[in-house]
Amino acid sequence: MMLRALFLALCLASTGAVASSAKEAALAADPVAEKRLQALSKELRCLVCQNETIADSNAELAVDLRREIRGMIADGRSDGEILNFMVTRYGDFVLYRPPVKGTTLLLWGGPIALLVLGLVVLVRYQRRRAERVATQDRPLTADETRRAEALLSEADQR
Amino acid sequence: MNRYFWILGAFAALVVLLAVGLGLNPRDIPSPLVGKPVPTFKLAVLSTPDKTFGPEELRGKPWLLNVWASWCVSCRQEHPILVQFSKKVDVPLIGLNYKEVRGDGGFDMSKLPAEEERKMALQRANQWLAQHGDPYKLTAMDIDGRVGIDFGVYGVPETYVIDKEGIIRMKHTGPITPDILAKKIMPLLAELGK
Repeated sequence: MMLRALFLALCLASTGAVASSAKEAALAADPVAEKRLQALSKELRCLVCQNETIADSNAELAVDLRREIRGMIADGRSDGEILNFMVTRYGDFVLYRPPVKGTTLLLWGGPIALLVLGLVVLVRYQRRRAERVATQDRPLTADETRRAEALLSEADQR
Repeated sequence: MNRYFWILGAFAALVVLLAVGLGLNPRDIPSPLVGKPVPTFKLAVLSTPDKTFGPEELRGKPWLLNVWASWCVSCRQEHPILVQFSKKVDVPLIGLNYKEVRGDGGFDMSKLPAEEERKMALQRANQWLAQHGDPYKLTAMDIDGRVGIDFGVYGVPETYVIDKEGIIRMKHTGPITPDILAKKIMPLLAELGK
């Protein structure tokens, strides 16, 4: 009984979702335009939630911006023009893949710089270790052998 | 000894980096509009809805544009500061009411005709100003939020400082605090008023 009620509730909920997405689909019956909208939305950050694209976000601003993109696609504007429209209003931050330029140099170059730094440190460490091993890993002198034997026999007697 | 020094140094650098990162405000995104001409628009005026307002009307003097809405909680926080400002300072303060009805989230917009939304927006905005005080020379009604997109609005309240030539000189996202007003906006206005 409980399960049936739950199932019914789920069905109702999903029809609600279908109804609203059907409305969105009707706005762009053209599958090519819809595909472009999807692709563009994935390139753009939702500034309200910041870590979501406007394709994923349900924030109001994301809904508005999707509507705006749809309108621009209908007006025959190119993808470049649409992205430019967003950048002139919201800045480079709106792009999920920020352009490479002076202010974003650290962002793009940072990981590579860290990698190089890590490699340099690793190589230097390995070299020093090799040197240390090379200088220390030599046969014992007669004197040292005697001391080692003395220590070992001392340990045996205990 | 030397090795411990390195590890400690790296750790200290990391601490500094993270401390700076924590101190930054992720909402504080530099606006590309600063230094650009204010976007043009023509919107109905709240007090006289059959008339429109456009930013070109304020050419020749610096002015402020404050984006607000009655559903915006932080707007209530900054509002007394704006009311005080308007009493003390002779700089036009223009309100941009952003998505008064549809931004509220409590309405099913598919069931609300445009004319109905407009009436409701005017009524709600007027009521809010009557209740909290009206610091604005006038409020322009951006009912569908299109003008807000041209301004790159993403978090109400937002405030723009515009100079005599109609160039945006500063944008502040979030509520204005007495500190921001005194240390950033007022000095800028003094400079622009010369």
